[in-house]
Amino acid sequence: MNVVSMNQIGKTYHLDAVDVTALIDIDLEIRPNCFTVISGPSGSGKTTLLNLIGCIDQANRGEVIVAGEAVQKLSDDALSDFRARHIGFIFQNFNLLPVLTVEENVEYPLLLARVPAAERKRRVGALLDAVGLADKARNIPGQLSGGERQRVAIARALAPSPQLVLADEPTANLDSHTGAAIISLMREMQREHHVSFVFSSHDPKVLAEADDAVMIRDGRIEKIERREQRKEGTS
Amino acid sequence: MRTLSLALRNLLRNRRRSLTTLSAMVIGAVTILVFGGYSRNITLSLQTSYVMRGGHLQIQRKDYFLYGSGNPAAYGIADYQHVIDVVARDPVLAPMLAVVTQTISLGGIAGNFAAGVSRTIIGAGLVVADRNRMRRWNDFDLSINLPPSALTGTAEDAVVIGNGVARVLELCEPLKVANCPGHTKTEAAAGVAAPDDVTALSALEARPAAAPGEARIELLAANVHGAPNVASLRVVKAERQGFKEFDDMFVGMHLAQAQRLLYGAEKPQATAVVLQLAHTSQIPAAKARLAELLTTTLKREPLEVQDFEALNPFYGQAVGMFAAIFGFMAALIGAIVLFTVGNTMSMAVIERTAEIGTLRAMGLRRSGIRRLFMSEALLLGVIGAVAGVAAALCVAWLVNHAGLTWLPPGQVDPVPLTVRVWGETKMMLGTAAGLALVAVVSAWWPARRAARMLIVDALRHV
Repeated sequence: MNVVSMNQIGKTYHLDAVDVTALIDIDLEIRPNCFTVISGPSGSGKTTLLNLIGCIDQANRGEVIVAGEAVQKLSDDALSDFRARHIGFIFQNFNLLPVLTVEENVEYPLLLARVPAAERKRRVGALLDAVGLADKARNIPGQLSGGERQRVAIARALAPSPQLVLADEPTANLDSHTGAAIISLMREMQREHHVSFVFSSHDPKVLAEADDAVMIRDGRIEKIERREQRKEGTS
Repeated sequence: MRTLSLALRNLLRNRRRSLTTLSAMVIGAVTILVFGGYSRNITLSLQTSYVMRGGHLQIQRKDYFLYGSGNPAAYGIADYQHVIDVVARDPVLAPMLAVVTQTISLGGIAGNFAAGVSRTIIGAGLVVADRNRMRRWNDFDLSINLPPSALTGTAEDAVVIGNGVARVLELCEPLKVANCPGHTKTEAAAGVAAPDDVTALSALEARPAAAPGEARIELLAANVHGAPNVASLRVVKAERQGFKEFDDMFVGMHLAQAQRLLYGAEKPQATAVVLQLAHTSQIPAAKARLAELLTTTLKREPLEVQDFEALNPFYGQAVGMFAAIFGFMAALIGAIVLFTVGNTMSMAVIERTAEIGTLRAMGLRRSGIRRLFMSEALLLGVIGAVAGVAAALCVAWLVNHAGLTWLPPGQVDPVPLTVRVWGETKMMLGTAAGLALVAVVSAWWPARRAARMLIVDALRHV
C-alpha cells in the first residue's frame, strides 16, 4: 500500500482580496520505502504539496490519504496525534528547540507519542549513535554546527518510527560538502528504518539520489519518474 | 520533558525580560503586603484598644444602646451580680472569659465652683482591679502597654479626668496638664452663679477640705428619680484621651461612687456587664451562648448583647476604609501585573512563532501549546509571588526595626510603626495566589493566539 495517495487535490490561498492557486488537480502516490524528491522552480507549489502530505495544511479540493487514513476527516487534535505517530519533519532551518539538549530534542517527539521512558532512552541512544552525535547528546543546538543540527533533526524525525519523513529543502542552508553528507545520511537512514522520505529540493545531488522524482510547475505535476524508469534512463 | 521544565527553560532564555517582569511582580507584592501589614496592624491596634477599654461584649438592658445614654439610671441592670455570676460560672463561657465586670456610664455636670466654671461630662464607673486586668489583654502581641489605671489604690472619691476637662475646669496647675495657656476670662454676668439648690446640695455633700495643691470637682448627676445628686470628688490625674471630644468630657471614677450618684441609697445597678474574652475569634460562640442564656437563666430582665464593633462604630469604619484602600491598591497592582505579564507572554509568542509551528507539526496539540505558555506565566507568577512575599518580609523587618513611631487615630501615645506581615498567613497566601492567578490569566490571550496559529504560517515566520 502506498504511504500517500492524493487524488485530484486543489489548493487555493486567499491573500487579502486575491485568490492564489497553489496546486491544481494533483494526483500523486508516494510509495513505501522510497526516497522521493519533489522538484520544481521557486513558487511552483513544492512546499504546499509537502505541507499537504505532512498534514499541516488542508486541501480545498480532493482527497489525501496518508498511512491509510483519509486525513481531511480528522479533527485538529486527531491530526496532531496522527502526525506524532506517523510523520517526521526535517526543516530547512533545522527548527530544533534551542532550550533543549540534543538528546532532549530527539526525545521530544517520543514524549508526544507517549513512548515509555526506557524505550525512549533506548531509541534516543541508538539514533544519536546512528547520526554520529552520541558524544554531543548533552549539548544544546547553539553549540552545534549546521550539519550537526541537521543530523539532530534527522534523528528527531525518525525517533517515533514514522512511516513518512518530510524534508523541505534540507540542504539549502548547508555547504555543498555538508549537504552531500546529509543526503547520504538520510539515504542510509531511510534504508535502515524502512521509511519513506519525501523532499522538496532543486539540488541536483538530491535528485540524483532519489528513487522517485516528482517534477512540479505552476501548481501542476509535470512529470513523475519512478525508480525503474530512472534506472532504465541511466542504463 | 515535562511542560514545567520546558517552561522554566524558556523563561531563562530571555533572562532580562523575565527579570523585569519578576521585578514588577515583586514590587507589586511588596506594595500590597507592606500596606496590608500596616493597615492590619492599625486595625488590630484599634481593636486591642477598644477591647482593653470596653471588652468584646457588653450585656446591657434592652434598648440601652439606643436610648440609655440620655437616661442611664432608667436603663440599668438591677441584678447585675446575678448576670455576672451566671456568665462566670457557665461551662461554655467560662473557658473563653478573660474578665467579666460591671460598669456604669452616666452623664452630668462637673464644676469647679471655686473657679466658677463647669461643663457637661460623660462619666464611667469602673471596678478598677478588673479594668487593670482588661488593660493587659494583648491577643495580637502588639507594642501596646497600658499602665494600670490612676485610680488604682485610691479612695472611693477619686476620679480621673480628661485633659480637656481639666483645662475647662481650670485645674491645669494642680494636675500639671501641659498645653494649658492662660486665657482671657469673661466676666461672669450677674445671676450665673451656681443655683441655690445646687449650692445647697453641694453643701450637703460632706466635702473634705482641699489640701494645698489638691484638685477637686463637684459632679452633678440626675438620680434614678430624676432628682439632682452631687458628689465632691478628688481628681487624682488628668489623662489625655484619644479623641478631643472625649478628652473634653471624660470623668472616670470608682463604680461605687458612680452608683451612689445615680442610685443614692437605693439598690445599685450597672448599665452594662462587660465581657472580655481570651480571643476575639471567640465572639460568635460567646454571643451564641449568651443568646441562649438570655432566653433561659437570665430571662428575668430584658437584656441584650452588643459586641465591640457595634459599640464602637469607628472601628468598623476604619476597617472598611482600609479594606477599600487595600482593595483599590490590589486591583491597581493586579492590573499592572496583568499587562506586564501579558506583554511578556505576547513578546514570547511572537519570538517563538516558528517554534510553535515546529511543535505543532511534530504533533503537539493546540492545548499543549496553550499549556506551555500558561505554564510559563504560572511559573513567573509563582516565582514572582514567592520572591515578593520574601521581599515584603524583609521590608517589614527593616521597618519594624527602624525605631519609627506614629500616633494612630484614637490613641494617646505614639506607638512603634509596625508592618505586620509575618504571621499573616492568610494575607500572604492570598496575595501570592492572587498574583499567580493574575499572571496565568494574563497569559491566556497570548497562549490562545499561539495555539490557534496556522502551522504553515507559523513555520514561515522569520
